This record gives sequence, C-alpha cells and structure tokens, in this order.
Amino acid sequence: MSRRCKHQKITIFSIGIYLIFSSWVLAQDQLHTRYSNIGRQATQAEVAAWDIDVRPDFKGLPKGSGSVAQGQDIWEAKCASCHGVFGESNEVFTPIIGGTTLEDIKRGRVNALIDRKHPQRTTFMKLATLSTAFDYIYRAMPWNAPRTLSVDETYSTLAYLLHLTEMVPAEFVLNEVNMMQLQNKMPNRDGMTTDHGLWQVSGKADVRAVACMKNCIKEVKIESSLPDYARNSHHNLAQQNRIFGPYLGVDTTRPPLLELPNNTGLIKVVVKEVQRTLPTDDVRQGGTLFKKNNCAACHGMNHKILGPSVVEISKKYQGKTEALATLTKKVKNGGAGVWGVVPMPANPQLADSDIKIILEWMINPQ
Amino acid sequence: MSYKDQLGVIKSSPENYIDQDLIMQVTQKGLNDDRRGFLRKSFTSALGVVASSGLVGYVNAEEKKVLAGDPAILEKQDWQTTLGKPVVTNPYGMPSKFEDNLQRRESPGLTRVSAASVSFTPLQALFGMITPSGLHFERHHQGWQDIDPTKHRLMVNGLVKRETIFTMADLMRLPSVSRIHFIECGANTGLEWGNVAVPSVQYTHGMISCSEFTGVLLSTLLDICGADLKKGKFVLAEGGDGSGLTRTIAMSTALDDVMVVWGMNGEMLRPENGYPLRLVVPGVQGVSSVKWLRRLEVGDMPYATKDEAMHYIDLLPNGLHRQYTSIQECKSVITSPSGGQQLLSRGFYNISGIAWSGRGKIKRVDISMDGGQNWRPARLQGPILNKSITRFNMDWNWDGKRSILQSRAIDETGYVQPTMRLLREVRGTRSIYHNNAIQSWLVDLNGEVSNVQTM
Repeated sequence: MSRRCKHQKITIFSIGIYLIFSSWVLAQDQLHTRYSNIGRQATQAEVAAWDIDVRPDFKGLPKGSGSVAQGQDIWEAKCASCHGVFGESNEVFTPIIGGTTLEDIKRGRVNALIDRKHPQRTTFMKLATLSTAFDYIYRAMPWNAPRTLSVDETYSTLAYLLHLTEMVPAEFVLNEVNMMQLQNKMPNRDGMTTDHGLWQVSGKADVRAVACMKNCIKEVKIESSLPDYARNSHHNLAQQNRIFGPYLGVDTTRPPLLELPNNTGLIKVVVKEVQRTLPTDDVRQGGTLFKKNNCAACHGMNHKILGPSVVEISKKYQGKTEALATLTKKVKNGGAGVWGVVPMPANPQLADSDIKIILEWMINPQ
Repeated sequence: MSYKDQLGVIKSSPENYIDQDLIMQVTQKGLNDDRRGFLRKSFTSALGVVASSGLVGYVNAEEKKVLAGDPAILEKQDWQTTLGKPVVTNPYGMPSKFEDNLQRRESPGLTRVSAASVSFTPLQALFGMITPSGLHFERHHQGWQDIDPTKHRLMVNGLVKRETIFTMADLMRLPSVSRIHFIECGANTGLEWGNVAVPSVQYTHGMISCSEFTGVLLSTLLDICGADLKKGKFVLAEGGDGSGLTRTIAMSTALDDVMVVWGMNGEMLRPENGYPLRLVVPGVQGVSSVKWLRRLEVGDMPYATKDEAMHYIDLLPNGLHRQYTSIQECKSVITSPSGGQQLLSRGFYNISGIAWSGRGKIKRVDISMDGGQNWRPARLQGPILNKSITRFNMDWNWDGKRSILQSRAIDETGYVQPTMRLLREVRGTRSIYHNNAIQSWLVDLNGEVSNVQTM
C-alpha cells in the first residue's frame, strides 16, 4: 500500500515536471522502467543502412554524381526494357517522360493537366518534388532487382531523365548540390495542393450531401451502363458466384435471358456436378512460376507486349529439345536480337530447375 | 437413382440451377407457345399437388412421372452411406470445393504487371463484417515476399531520444490490443469516376476488407523510443519489401489509433498482407497501412514519397493534384443482390450490404429501390464499431418490376454518402482516388442485376 502511494506521488510529481518543462526526457526514463528490456539502441551503421529516404528539402540526399551519358548507358541496359528507350513506353508501366514543355518548366505548372491535350499523365507531368525521383529510383529500381543501383548510378539515371524532360543539357553532370537548384525547374513544381479536408480525420468534407427520404428526384435516368460487348469482359460471372443460394451468377458467355426464369413459381432445373478441371501439377507449376517471376510483364499469352508472346515462343521451339539449354542461358543472363530491339533482361535470381519448368510450360502451354 | 441421373427433375425454386438448354432456347427463340406449353405441361401435376395440399410436387420431366418427394431426401446420399474422412486430413482446413468460384481476382486489363497489381475480394458472396484472411484483397507495389520473422526487425529513428531496434519477440512482449478495422484502397471504385466500367461488386468495391487485427499501439512504441512530439509532427513508415514502400502519417493520427500489427483474424498475418509485421492506420487509405513494416522515422515535415507524389494524388478539374488525401470517407454498397447476379423468381429476398467510414462509426444506412427517389432506413447489424465494416439488411419482396437498388450511409459525424453527380461537381472525373459515391444496381425484368449509374 505504502509502496503504491509512493509510486503515485512520483507519477504526479513527474507529470508536474513534464507540464512545466515539457520534458520528454523524464517521461522517457519513466517509460523505460515500465517496459524494461524491450528493444535495443540502434547502431549508427544500422541506421545508415536503412535510413535512405530523401525528403523534399533534400535531407538524406547522399553525396555523389552522374552524367547524362552514363545515365543513358544504365538506362538502356537496365530500364529501357520496361520503360522504353526514352522513358516514353506505355507497354509495361505508364510513361515517365512526355507531356511537359519548356513553358511548363518556366511556369511550374504542367499545362497538359489543364488543357487535357496529352492523352495520359506521365510521371514528370505529375511530379512536383525532385527528391521523390531520386528516393524512388535508389530505393526500388530496377523493377526486378531493387536496391542494386549505386548512388552514382542513381544520379546518372536521374540525370538522363532530367535531360529527356529538357531540364538539363546533354553534357550535364548531376550531383547533390545542383539537385537543389533543379527543384526550381520541375515542370509541375507548383501543381500540388494540400488545401483539402482529406488528410486528417477532423478535416472538413468537400461534398455535402443531404439525406432526403421522400420524392427526392423527379425522374430517374440511367446515364451509364456496361456496353453489350463488355458483357464477358471480366470472364463468366456465373463462375464467380456461389453455385447455390438466392442469387446465382449471370452466365455472361450468353446474351441476357428474355424473361425471368421462374415467373410461374416453378422451374426446370438441372443438377450438375461441379466441374473441377485443374491442369496437371507440372503444367500448373510452370504457369505459376511464369507469373510469380513476372515473365508476364513482357510476355503476353497471345499478344506481343515487349517480348514475344508465349504462343509465338511455343510455335518456334516446340519439339526442339536442344533449344532448352540455349533458352535457359538466355533467361538467366538476358539477351537481345532474336525477337526485336528490346533486350531480354537477366534473371540471375531464378534457379535452373525453375527456368526448366517455366520453359517447358512456355513451349507446351495447355 | 443417383443425383446425376436426375437431370430434368422439376422442383420448387429458388434452390436450383437454371437449365442451360432451356436458357439457350429461351434466349435464342424467346418463350413461344411450344416452349411455354412444354413448361406448362411439365408443371401441371406438380402445380396440382402444390395447389391441393400445399406440399411441393416433383415430376420427372422425361418420364412425366410424379415422384413421392425430393430425391435429395428420399434417396440415400453418398455422404450418408460411406465413412467420412479422418481428422487432420487437411491439417490446415480449406473451404469446401463447392466454394471454388469465390476467389480473389484481378480485373482484366487494369494492370499489366501482376506484381504491381490488385486482386479484388469477392464481396458478392461474403457475410457479416469479417473478411476471411485468404480473401483479403491484395495490393502489392513490387510483389509480395514471405519474410523470415526471425530476421525481421523494426527500426525507429529520427526525432527520438533513443533510435531503437525491435525484434518480433520484443514487440510481441508488449501490451497488445485486438481491434476490428477495415482496410480500403484509396483507388477502390476508382474505375467508375467517368462511367460504368466493371460488371460486379467484386470489381467495383472489392478493394475493401475488414479484419480483427492484433498488435501494439504505435503510440506505445513512440513512447518507448522517446519521440519528440514537439518537433516531430510526422511519422514515415517504410516497408521491408523490394519496393520499400514509404508513407507519411501525421503525428496526430499516429498517436490516435494506429497499430503495429502481427495478428489478423486470430492467426499471424498472411504473407500477402504483410507477414510478419504491418502498420494498420484505421480509416485511412490502405497504402498507409504499410506492409512488411521495417522502419518508422519521426520527422518534422512530410516526405513526399513516390506514393504521395506520383501516385495516390487526386487530379482536380483545374489541373492541380490534391496531395496527402488519406481519409476514406463514409461509403456503402449493397453486396447482394449486386451486379452480375441473377434472380430466378419474384418474392422475398434479404437485401444485404456493407457500410463503413474512415471518420468513425456508421450511424444509419438508407436503401432506395427506385433509383434514389424514396429511401427507407435499413437494419444495422451489430456490433457497430469505429472505422470498421457494418453489415446492413433489409426485407425485400420483389414484385418482378424493374428496380434500381441503392444504399446511402451516414456516419456519426453526420456526413452523408454523396451521389456520383455531387462528387463530380467538386472533383471532376479524373481523380481516380476516393470515390465514395452511392452505387446503383439495376434489377431488370429478367432477373439480371447489373451495374448502372443514374442521373
């Protein structure tokens, strides 16, 4: 009991100090007592290894440099297969470059966002903060091998992109000092607003609806519905609903029914066995690995995306077992020239055994 | 006679399947007198039984023979006459094979790279407020990983007295809380800003799920590390996956109800949902609930990360982007019946749906069956929790007429879920994110339900 009183006194005393001096140091000491021996002090090296973020004021930007020319080499080797040689590609990701003008660079607002003349928003049409580009490239690129670019390689890559955006000349060398000045040339640097009520829970809503209950509108008109040709666009909805219960899925492979099936209250029914046609394990595994390792990013099933389609590959190599070794090497180390100008990126992370399963599936997809 | 041999049995609706041959005939040729006559003749004896005794009649359509009752009852079924499977046949239990249709699915054509994509929860088939963990929607920015929990660390750095490393063991020793919250992607319903684009509720609203999450409050960790609350107005949360996804969280939110979570619906998080550790920022768009959480940094300004400066920004008609839009405003949708479903007959149905608000609890949900002309309050099903899904229901005797079903939620702040028209007036049609408009489902004369937008 007396112990408890003493403890309370200390608490009250501490709170007093806390209020007067706003001292989080004391509060901290107290909490340490409460949760003793939980967690440990991080070392400087640990913080340096993980704390790589770069803020809009460029706090966190590492020292380094890279030229447009070096950037172009890196780009063509590691980035162009997804983003296109000029960052313009819309094949795998939305375009990075395009839609900005020298006038935008002067003004700080991208006009294409206002006049809507550019068909799609590119990265540099949207981006207001240059720090974000450095942070993201260094943090997460290239796509299939994130965090493998050095600081200088990141500067080079970004220099190349800034050149494509007409922010810097071809002979430019980007470094941690001139980065800050270039912020003032970002084409959409004044294009963001935080003047809205959607950041904090206490924020004021921008739309104020009224909960009318009776005779709220005169006439209801349908202004939009799915066009007939899109009926099966998300595949057969009959197979995406429970096979029993109050509502079945609509068979979207067929036109709509002309009448309610059961107007009479009774209906002819057919009891069906649930069809479970699953592919064999090996084939399924090949397809799964293909998807899991993002091969589908460049190789469509029937259509050419960046690389040839699975069907094209199958046609070319079916029955040629000797091709397997060559293809395995190509998947592993990358290659170019057989199907077009876009090089196949290397996949060093893939085990040979997995490559074999994927290739066998690609050559004999079912 | 086995069930398979019973093709062509007539029995009472609605517990049935539609005969595809009949549908084909009706679809292609309509219900002419012959087909009508065939149906009528087949039904005659059954109808007779129904009319005279109030019992259901059964007719074998091919033999035109009246049966004594439902073969599902009269005949012994395999599952009654054989020995069942032993325990631990499935050491981790799975749904029935008859539920195979209900899966997370990608929306065809939405993304081109499945590792930077979305899979949608099949809301059309779910009950209650909790989403089964295996059906929780997925959104990955650079693929998902299955991280070794013994090698997972959480670092807290920046404006703190002690920059601290926590292991999973450290975190799980702390006082934990379990709370039910929804997670909704900011882009949920984003395809529908301009017009109807997808057919079913799985694709219009399937980027919301609701789970019971277990973890430690972020405020506890900030206390332990001695966060400088005077200067430190923001927390950066960073994921441990390849994308190293980062998001800024305002300190007021961080101290309110943000959780550092390892548990989900009674077990550890699923890898696709951030195993072994994620942030849950209740009421805020899902991207802030950073998965595979490895670092928290206390800072004095927002970070304008990739997902705050290139994506998750809302384009306005004047060409400006709203940045740091976070709150998922009050929203609701009827999940059954919903787009892509087929009603087989007139009569009684239970209309059911879900409502939620990033600003607190759901206060009321109204339902309209005439496209928004008249509204009636639905029954709210408890528990009604803060920043959680609330299930609502309403009785419905469908008279076979064209109906447009809508639901409209109101939260405890008094905010009323708006129409698409109201939203467009302020935000235009290009903002992608934060579409919380009232959803309309057309129930047509043929019993087919489809996605529509009304004026």
